[in-house]
Amino acid sequence: MLTLEHVAQSYGAKPVLKDISFSLRAGQIGCLLGPSGCGKTTALRLIAGFERIKSGAIYLDNEVIARPGACLPAEKRRVGLVFQDYALFPHLTVAANVGFGLGHLAAADRNNRIEEMLDLVGLTHEAGAYPHQLSGGQQQRVALARALAPRPRLLLLDEPFSNLDVELREKLSLEVRDILKHEAITALLVTHDQHEAFAMADVVGVMNEGQIQQWAPPYTLYHEPANRFVADFIGQGVFLPGEVLSDKQVAIELGVLDGRIPGDCASSGGCAVCGKGCKVDVLIRPDDILHDDASPMQAEVERKAFRGAEFLYTLRLPSGHRVLTLVPSHHNHAIGEKIGIRLDIDHVVAFRSAE
Amino acid sequence: MPGPEMNPVPTSIRAPFTGARFISLPASPWLATFPIALITAIPVVVLLGHLLHPDQAIWHHLWQFVLPELLANTAWLVLGVGLGVSLLGVSLAWLTAACDYPGRRFFAWALLLPLALPAYVTAFVWLGLLDFTGPLATWLRETWGIHWLPPIRSRGGVILVMVLALYPYVYLTARAAFQGMGPRLTEAAQSLGVPRWRAFFRVALPMARPGITAGLMLALMETLADFGTVSVFNYNTFTTAIYKAWFSMFSLPAAAQLAAILIFFVFVVAVLENLARSRRSYALSTRSSQMPARIALKSWGAWGAFAWSAAVFGLAFLVPVVQIADWAAGVYQQDFDARYLGFAWRSLLLSGLGALLVAGLALVLAYAQRLRPTPAMQFTARIASLGYALPGTVLAVGIFIPVAWLDNQLIDLFGLERQVLAGTLLIMLLAYCARFLAVGFGPVESGLSRITRSVDEAAQSLGVVGVRRLARIHLPMLRASLLTALALAFVDIMKELPITLMTRPFGWDTLAVRVFEMTSEGEWERAALPAAVIVLVGLLPTYWLIKHTEHAHT
Amino acid sequence: MHRIRTSLAALALSLSTVTALAAEVVVYSARNEQLIKPLFDAYTRETGVQVKFITDKEGPLMARLKAEGANTPADLFMTVDAGNLWQAAEEGLLQPVNSKSLQANIPAHLRDPDNQWFGLSVRARTLIYNPNKVKPGELSTYEDLADPKWKGRLCLRTSKKVYNQSLVAMMIKEYGEPKTEQIVRGWVANLATDPLPDDTKAMEAVAAGLCDVTLVNTYYFGRLMEKKPNLPLAIFWPNQNVKAKNAGVHVNISGAGVTKHAKNRQEAIRLLEWLASDKAQNLYADVNLEYPVNPKVKPDPVVAAWGNFKQNLINVAEAGRLQTQAVMLMDRAGYK
Repeated sequence: MLTLEHVAQSYGAKPVLKDISFSLRAGQIGCLLGPSGCGKTTALRLIAGFERIKSGAIYLDNEVIARPGACLPAEKRRVGLVFQDYALFPHLTVAANVGFGLGHLAAADRNNRIEEMLDLVGLTHEAGAYPHQLSGGQQQRVALARALAPRPRLLLLDEPFSNLDVELREKLSLEVRDILKHEAITALLVTHDQHEAFAMADVVGVMNEGQIQQWAPPYTLYHEPANRFVADFIGQGVFLPGEVLSDKQVAIELGVLDGRIPGDCASSGGCAVCGKGCKVDVLIRPDDILHDDASPMQAEVERKAFRGAEFLYTLRLPSGHRVLTLVPSHHNHAIGEKIGIRLDIDHVVAFRSAE
Repeated sequence: MPGPEMNPVPTSIRAPFTGARFISLPASPWLATFPIALITAIPVVVLLGHLLHPDQAIWHHLWQFVLPELLANTAWLVLGVGLGVSLLGVSLAWLTAACDYPGRRFFAWALLLPLALPAYVTAFVWLGLLDFTGPLATWLRETWGIHWLPPIRSRGGVILVMVLALYPYVYLTARAAFQGMGPRLTEAAQSLGVPRWRAFFRVALPMARPGITAGLMLALMETLADFGTVSVFNYNTFTTAIYKAWFSMFSLPAAAQLAAILIFFVFVVAVLENLARSRRSYALSTRSSQMPARIALKSWGAWGAFAWSAAVFGLAFLVPVVQIADWAAGVYQQDFDARYLGFAWRSLLLSGLGALLVAGLALVLAYAQRLRPTPAMQFTARIASLGYALPGTVLAVGIFIPVAWLDNQLIDLFGLERQVLAGTLLIMLLAYCARFLAVGFGPVESGLSRITRSVDEAAQSLGVVGVRRLARIHLPMLRASLLTALALAFVDIMKELPITLMTRPFGWDTLAVRVFEMTSEGEWERAALPAAVIVLVGLLPTYWLIKHTEHAHT
Repeated sequence: MHRIRTSLAALALSLSTVTALAAEVVVYSARNEQLIKPLFDAYTRETGVQVKFITDKEGPLMARLKAEGANTPADLFMTVDAGNLWQAAEEGLLQPVNSKSLQANIPAHLRDPDNQWFGLSVRARTLIYNPNKVKPGELSTYEDLADPKWKGRLCLRTSKKVYNQSLVAMMIKEYGEPKTEQIVRGWVANLATDPLPDDTKAMEAVAAGLCDVTLVNTYYFGRLMEKKPNLPLAIFWPNQNVKAKNAGVHVNISGAGVTKHAKNRQEAIRLLEWLASDKAQNLYADVNLEYPVNPKVKPDPVVAAWGNFKQNLINVAEAGRLQTQAVMLMDRAGYK
């Protein structure tokens, strides 16, 4: 459906995208996730057709829409866009905004489609309002309806929820996902917020410094990060020093872990097999550590954050290293208290330590 | 269910690339702006051509005896008028755009009216009223024995009168900027603990800078180009030297050289200003287009605002107009006749067509610059705006010389009986464009700068580009700016003299030409009649402009 | 109503005569519409010849003539001073006309020695004083206004006006530059106030008591007194009793010349001759209270009431020839 092949872009001498490749299947929702300045917005603008590509190619429905020296103009791509600032037309009503891209339809068809879209986003009663009379969430939905109305082949969403408050953000992102799935729209989202990415996307590309670090479903990103950046950027966790015992075992302060070792070579490439005796850093997620009063392993509560259903404890190990753990909130321990913990790790994520 | 365009786009890879439009895209805005810039550039180049033949004796004389004083005079004038029009224009714009006080609705449009008065007529009225021989001084002398009044024929007097005549440029553009701004920014500032009046200085004022600067540039360019107003005060400026070289020393080359220096100076200032501005963005997201609740001024604040507005309106418009009306009434019997229908009709026709052309070309220019914000494009736009800084008569000659040359070529080539270009409406309108493009360009450019780029892209991603996007998105969003450009160009062309004189067809006298015929023989009272008609005709578009821009924001 | 009828008549006339007599003459005029149109209308009524004209300032009109070159539509170039006519001739924009009637009707000093242009009315620049403060006996000459006894009592119009430039040019011709500069410096030293923008303002300043005497063209005096007859202003003819060969009141002209490339040369000459003729001279001069150039024609009664005076007989062409020098001299002397 959408394919990027070795796409690179630079502004002057400064490279912004270096060799990006990925694809989306029809109906799939993808996401480019990364810190600001990672190049994700540039990728989005290249796909939309607002910038001319320097090298590589972009395909949509098996058709080249961009390659160096020639690109299909944005208005011909049938790629819908939801802007970060929504870019609603202030001089048009909600209905007129939604109908804006439907100039090719007969009046009756156009009105039907507008109605359908407003119904879809639940704004039927606001059809005659002007954008500035709406709340932020409503404006966001108008922008979505407007982009979807002409039945785009692909929908792009640029930080679509960043202007909304947290509660609304979660509610809307699920709502938008439902709408997209209902309409069987292929979509690509760009965001710096992993909650947004995980709530919306089937597959996520984590980007840093103009490169895709890992292209995978959210679950994989979390549990099998391909490199240290992804591991750091996605979810919470800490690294504990460890030593490789064999190609299946690694020892850390909390015990010996079984699993494939190391995971460092997946995407960054070029690393030698880390043999016996090699020093590694092992990723420990909060959910890898369970509270168990019976456990002989003890750690001191250093900080705690109440999250309603659970506490997030920062624990200090005897070595001085710290780990995080999520504990149901009826286990209320005081700071300074020592509690028992044990490891519960499905698969080991470890990277060679920088010597 | 899919409409005609909903069918899958041809899968052939070549299909999208058949047209040459991808390659020509970067060039096309240039193709549009280049001829527009030529309209101004040709006269300027014709004048620059005179640089090759410096007139040593005249230069030496001017440099030794004339220029030092005139440069100082000009610097003071520019400084004084710049400060004055900013103070009046911005304060009144803020009051009428963001506050509420008694009379605000009236002042909102009435404060623009001085635009309809030729500045030199206002100057003559004030000179007559405040000079030693005027009624005020006479009354003070004869009733109270007071012999001293601040001299009106002074640097301060010229500055005061020019400020009163030119502040509406800043008022108009600043007001549009304040109106387009919406409440969020000042509200944000307030939420950060900045009181509302300081939010004005820290947020609203800096945000309105493109608008204020656009108006200020217009006012200062007109100040530099002015000859009529300073002549009334016998205040010699750089422009005086230009006319002295030409009319008194019979050296058009020396005059052209001086004019070239003047526009070079203006060009440099314009480029610097542009550079300073281009580093920031003034675009606002659409969500803040909501009008703020006006600040309801209370007690002394309200009356202060009323008094300030009333004082400026009175001094800049009411007093001159009453005097003009009085004079006009005196000569009405003697001078008013059916020909005035023709004068007024031709003034309206020329101003209307000229304003449409100016606003249209300004839109093309500003729009091309938005599509391709390259240095070359900005250079082109600056060149096209220079005509406003040239003394009118000098520009008129710069326009006439190439037109006459072209006519002569055509006559030789085709054995024509007479000129086919000179004395035609087309040349006249193009000449107005050469002079007044800046007047249209400023408001349109600053209006465009307030539309975010994502709005453009949103339309594009919905398949609407080019002329259709212009018509469906930009024109409606630019409505207020375009109306401003139209109204400014309209009243300016209505008052314009040198180009009208030089390019009009035989018998095509306008109201402004009538004013010229009378004032050039010192018959100011008789000039009041056509001047009064100019004001009456100019009232309509001013009123209409403000009514419509008000509406555009509510 | 009257005007509508006459213009309709003119329109009918022009429509009916367009094929019969295509005769027309085209005038570029710096003399304003209200002063020339009555004349041209009368000429058309009398001869059937159409007069097309464009008004503008002299500088632009000359630039226009030059740019149009051989294809200029203009047949006649008309100004309100001699300097600009001299300059037009200097730039080769005019052509000589040998006409007995013009030479007979126009005194020699009021036309071009080479017959390229001809004065059509006389504009006398004279002294206006406040009789409450000055006795006529105190006044004598232009030069005398430089005397310290006039300190703080003199008002002058700006040196940018061509009338003052012509006056100073003629003084240069008569006295030479050094002496003229001394005189002008004397004037500047005696000024009661900065130079004024026009003759009327200068007279009003005299009437209001700001100063005692000033220099103006007589028709401004006539116009002002018509409106406000009670102003304390009186006219004085200077340089009448001076021994010098050319002594007399400084006069300038409004006048005209046939353009170098006139297409209707004969018609242009006929119009010029008509304008200088006995029957047109009053119409030409009286409308603006000027003096007819033709000595056989009496001025308007209002004008005649100011009395007779002796004119300075230096050819007014000198005003053009020495104008640049005069301007520079006034700049040096600080006359603004």
